Order: sequence, then C-alpha cells, then structure tokens
Amino acid sequence: MTNATQPIFSCQGIEIAADAKSIVKGVDLTVHPGEIHALMGPNGSGKSTFATGLMGHPALTVSGRITLNGESVEEMPPHERARRGLFLGFQYPVAIPGVTVASFLRASLNALGKNTTNVFAFRKELEDVFERLGIPWGFADRYLNDGFSGGEKKRLEILQMVMMEPKFVILDEIDSGLDVDALKVVASGINEIAARGAGVLMVTHYQRLLDLVVPTRVHYFMEGKIAFEGEADSVRELEANGYDWLKQKVTGQVADVSITGKSEVHS
Amino acid sequence: MSAQENIHTVNADYLERYGFSDPESLEGRAPKGLNRDVVKMISDYKKEPDWMREFRLRAYDSFLQKPMPKWGNQGIITNIDFDDIYYYIPPGAERGRNWDDVPENIKRTFDKLGVPEAERKFLAGVSAQYDSEVVYHSMKEELEKQGVIFLDMDSGLREHPDIVKKYFASVIPPTDNKFAALNSAVWSGGSFIYVPPNTHVEVPLQAYFRINAKNMGQFERTLIIADEGSSVHYIEGCTAPVYTTDSLHSAVVELVALKDAKIRYSTIQNWSNNVLNLVTKRAVAHEGASVEWVDGNIGSKLTMKFPCVILKGERAHGEVLSVAFAQDGQHQDTGAKMIHSAPNTTSRVVSKSISKGKGRASYRGLVRVNQGATGCKTDVTCDALLLDGASRTDTYPTMEIVEQDAQVEHEARVSKLADEQLFYLECRGIDPEKAKLMIVNGFFEPFTKELPMEYAIELNRLIALEMEGSIG
Ligand SMILES: Nc1ncnc2c1ncn2[C@@H]1O[C@H](COP(=O)(O)OP(=O)(O)OP(=O)(O)O)[C@@H](O)[C@H]1O
Ligand SMILES: [Mg+2]
Repeated sequence: MTNATQPIFSCQGIEIAADAKSIVKGVDLTVHPGEIHALMGPNGSGKSTFATGLMGHPALTVSGRITLNGESVEEMPPHERARRGLFLGFQYPVAIPGVTVASFLRASLNALGKNTTNVFAFRKELEDVFERLGIPWGFADRYLNDGFSGGEKKRLEILQMVMMEPKFVILDEIDSGLDVDALKVVASGINEIAARGAGVLMVTHYQRLLDLVVPTRVHYFMEGKIAFEGEADSVRELEANGYDWLKQKVTGQVADVSITGKSEVHS
Repeated sequence: MSAQENIHTVNADYLERYGFSDPESLEGRAPKGLNRDVVKMISDYKKEPDWMREFRLRAYDSFLQKPMPKWGNQGIITNIDFDDIYYYIPPGAERGRNWDDVPENIKRTFDKLGVPEAERKFLAGVSAQYDSEVVYHSMKEELEKQGVIFLDMDSGLREHPDIVKKYFASVIPPTDNKFAALNSAVWSGGSFIYVPPNTHVEVPLQAYFRINAKNMGQFERTLIIADEGSSVHYIEGCTAPVYTTDSLHSAVVELVALKDAKIRYSTIQNWSNNVLNLVTKRAVAHEGASVEWVDGNIGSKLTMKFPCVILKGERAHGEVLSVAFAQDGQHQDTGAKMIHSAPNTTSRVVSKSISKGKGRASYRGLVRVNQGATGCKTDVTCDALLLDGASRTDTYPTMEIVEQDAQVEHEARVSKLADEQLFYLECRGIDPEKAKLMIVNGFFEPFTKELPMEYAIELNRLIALEMEGSIG
C-alpha cells in the first residue's frame, strides 16, 4: 500500500472554528512516509487547535479533507481515527484519576487490535518499553497523568506513541518541560518511528528538538495559516530574529505571490 | 415439623388470640399496619424475653411520638403510608411470588451479572432461602474455635441474652429518630457478632455466605461488638439487584469497638428503585479503637444513610468511605457523622457520588468536636461527578468545633464528566462508551480498592450496566 509516492497523510482546506470563532483558516499539508515535518508559530496562532482538530475534537467545527494512508477520515470519530493509525501527543495531557497507566495502556492497545490477553507477556513488554524510555516501573501502577510532573507526562506520551505504532503522529510541544536526558530519549523515539515509515508532524517552539530530530520541512503558522515554509536551517533565522523575521518574510512572500499570480495570468 | 406447618399452627393460634381474619395472616404474616398488638405478636412469635418485649413496646411509643425528620426529601418521606406496610413475615412464609412476576429489567440484570440461578430466585424474592450452608460450614467451625459468635440477631438474643442485653440499643436508642424507633419496635433478622479480646477474624464475615434470608429484611437489626484488641471485617449486601415489593426498608446497625479494637463494616446495596432505604448506622469507638464504614449505595428510590462514629476514647479513629450512584428517579441522600468526644481522636470522610440523567445525590455531613476533645484532626472530602446536564448534587456540610486547636480539613468538589478526559481516551482508540466507564470506575476506585476482589469486580460490572446507553 504505502510507498514513497503515496502520502501517509494529507489534508486540504482545513478550517477550524471553536465557539463560532474561526481559528484555523485554510491549511493544506502533505506528509510522506518517513518524513518529519515541524510546525512552528507564535503563541495563539492556532497550532494546537489544528492538531486537535485533525484528531476530531468534538468541541471543534472542522471542515476540509483529511486522508490517512489513502483513506478519508474526516467523518470518523476520534477513536476510529486512532484505530487507523493517527496519533496525537498532547500539549497538556489530562489526568484521569483512578485509572492506572498499565490498565489504560492495556485498554488502548486492545482497542487498537493488539493482543494483550497474556497478562504476563503484556507486563513484560511494558517493562521493556518503560526501561527503554527511562520511565521508572512504578509509574505503571500510578494513576494516569495524575500528579505527574510536566516532563513525566511528556515521556508517557512518547511511550504511548511507541507502543501504539501509529502511521501518522502529531506531537504538540512534546519537548516543552523536558530535561536534556528526556529530550534525547524523546528524540530517539521520534526518529525510530519515522525510520519505521510513519509520518511525523511536530509542533515546537525550539531549535533544540530540531537539532536532534532533523525535519524534512518546517511550516510556520500565523493567524491560523501556514504563512511560510522552509528547510530545517530556516529555524536558525527564527531563533536569531524572533517572529518579526517571519512577519517581514511573510509580507515579502505575499508580495511575491501576487506577482507570481499576475505572471501566471499572463502566461 | 416443617417450617411451613409450624407457621400455620402458629397462625391458627393468632387467629384465636388476636382475631385476625385477614387471609394474609394465614400465610404467616402479621396484617398490614402497626399497633401494639402487632408488636406483641412479633415478640410472642419469636418467644422473646420480657425485656425485649417491653423494649419493643416502648419503642413503638417513641415511634408514635417522634416527628418525621424536617429535612431530606420531604416529598417522599412525608408520603410514607405506615398503615400500608407488613411489619412482620416469619421466615419461610414470605412472598410466594412467581418468577413470572419479576420485572424483565431485573431478570436482564441478573443475566448480565451472571448471578447463579439459586441466588436469582432468592434475590427476586421468589425463594426464601439461598442454601449456602456448605461453604458456610467450614467457616463456622473456624469461628467457633476462636470463640467468635456469628449469628442472626434473633438467635443471638436467644443464645447470648447477656451480651445482647448489655449492648442492644446502647449506641442507637429507640428515641434517636422516628425510623430507629420503628426498627426497634418491629426489628427482625440482621446479624449479631461478638469477637473476643485479642482475636482477629481474618476472613471478612458474610463474604462466605453472601446472601442469607435471615440477614436481609425490611427491619433488620445488626449488632457487632469487637472486644479489646480484636478486629473484624463485616460485609453486608451484594451487588446484584435486590428486587422486592416491600417499599420501606429501615435497618439499624450498631457497632461497639472496645479499647484498641478495629471494625470495618462494608456495605454494597443495590435495591430495586421502588425502595425507600432509611437506615441508621452508628458506632462507638473506645480508646485507641478504629471504626471504618465503607458504604456503597446504588439503586433504591431514596436512600437516607449517614453512618456515624462516636469517638469516645482517646486516640480513637473513625472513617467513612462512601460512594453513591444516583440514576433517573433516584435520590441518594448520604453522608457521615463524626463526633469527637475525647482528646486526640481523628476522623476521615471521603464521599463520592455520581449523578446520571435526572438522578440526584446529596451529601449531608456533620463533624463535631466537643468540649475537652483537644488535639483532634478531621478531614472531609466530598467529590461529586455529574454525568449530564439534568443531574443534580447538593452538599450540606456542618462543622461544630468547640475546641479551637482542632485541625479541620474540608474540601468539596463538583465536576462534570470532563470532555477533555473522554477525548484523551478516545484519541487512544478507546470507544466513547468504554472511555466513559473507565473514567467513572476511576472516580470510584478509592472505594473499590477497599473491597474484597470479588465485590470490586461485581461493582465494576454493575456500574457498567448502570452506565449502559449513557452515550447519547
Ligand atoms: N474554545 C475556544 N473559544 C475561543 N477561542 C479559542 C478556543 N480555543 C482556542 N481558542 C483561541 O484560539 C487561538 C489558538 O489557540 P491554540 O491553542 O491553537 O494556539 P497555539 O498556536 O497552540 O498556541 P501555543 O503556542 O501557546 O500553544 C488562541 O487565541 C485561543 O485563545
Ligand atoms: Mg498549543
């Protein structure tokens, strides 16, 4: 099915509104297997809304087309999208008191059609992944995200990503709140899943993640749109000059576009 | 002579003595309604000692004198028709109902819970006895070796009159409230437990024979005495729905934990939703003793239940851990009372309720720290979860603190089932129905984890049933 020419994920004309307020205003994105795309942009520009909208958050009104591995998923409820391999790592993972990490993971993997009937084998598999990601084993019996530190929550998001083997991964500020060691662990998790052929979209504010996970492409979000796209090294300019650089760039871009448009009309 | 014959003989006698001509009485029950004769008849039938007979009659007077509570769900309790109730049905003579009369929804629930055939008939009031003698037997021997007394209350009174006389109604006098008075006048069944000093009952009592006719009744009366340094865990009820046409249930439970003793009393009640369950539960904890009420209420039309611990001796500890699930047409009015009467006593209350549909859950709590009770600590947490817009919850906490050095913590939270929690689980492939259930079970988990495994599993299954179709 999947080959380098067929995108693992694409969306066209995505518009998202929350409480009748338009937040995302027309976004197209195409990601091929193994590609890592970065999504950057100022606070409040709509990155998280875009990410949760793609997943089908019930409080958002989403229009546009979403294709995952060749299949339209925009009409599906979130759990169906997840079962087809769409994964969202949350910016702010919620706590679910009374539900242990182990029982949650089991329920989730079951739902995704993975066999967890052998309890001992499952515990063993868990133990291995916990160790690989540097998460103390004691977390398995803690309540999901309940009282976890910021970094611990993010590690657990990555752990879920690794276990669920998704086809397309959206990570919303997975790097925020991580210490240096955790950042390395998270980065290797992402590289690994991309190497296995998944597509990745990482929302981030910082260069330091992109040094470890080098993106194929960087998309700059402003006011609900991809205002500019660049190569991995474009991020250095952003780090150096802030979003003013981007604004200038965009003003320039807009002018460029209109000229191009004109010339097309004439050709 | 079989039980059935016995009853008929007895009834023939009553016919002459009291002039009952109601055909119902020929089945062995007292006629509907309550008067002194009915109270006497109950006592006579049971061949009780005079003091108990007198006790019942005095309690009957209190019942007449006591006003209805002025609080709580007035719309329901002021409409109780005390003349339309059977107050006594001798064992073996009850119901005679047909399996066909049992409502379909109750039968379905039995199916889904996988309740064994014999238990179903009993729970639905079709058969009077559930034969659990076999399992029960070996435990009984073990208990006897330890000197533990575990009987139904009627046998307790017959076989251990001295202990019963000493403690019966010592914690909850008939004058306590109208329903305690009613129970005192007409009580029947319930459990009587005495644990000798420094004896530890390892296995929860009642878990072995979870249901037994003598332990469930309309006006059951339970008395548990844990002597110095002993410990016991008693479990009442079961998660399967108890279907009954008797609409008023009014039990009294008294616990006495002597010096350094420990009692845990766990309840899971799931009455059918025509039942008014108005229960008085109170414990006295002496020096260094600890009493825990673990109380789960599902079902019934109205439950009013506020387990209480009187912390009478220094360093005594009291705990109430309760959960309530209120569905459409149900009002769970529950809570806890902690009375600190001695220095350095501690208490903890954790109350959790879930309201679904038009269900209503109330928390009513009292913490009192009396004069002289210095160095006390109390911690009260109420957590209410509303599953949808129509559900309702109210909290009525009362604190009466006389000693100013008391450490008092109180926290009340009301939350709606969080969309963000649901979304998170759904993003992990879990369907909405299952996700909702996981969140609800998680909410109850601090309670569930205190239950023996088989009860915890049943409770979770039951909640799953209650939650069915809740995704609109
Ligand atoms: N339900 C809502 N109603 C109104 N406005 C909303 C709602 N949800 C989000 N917004 C607004 O939409 C904008 C985009 O929010 P979003 O969280 O997507 O930004 P972001 O790019 O992820 O920002 P950050 O970098 O700070 O995470 C913000 O101004 C936010 O306040
Ligand atoms: Mg964001």
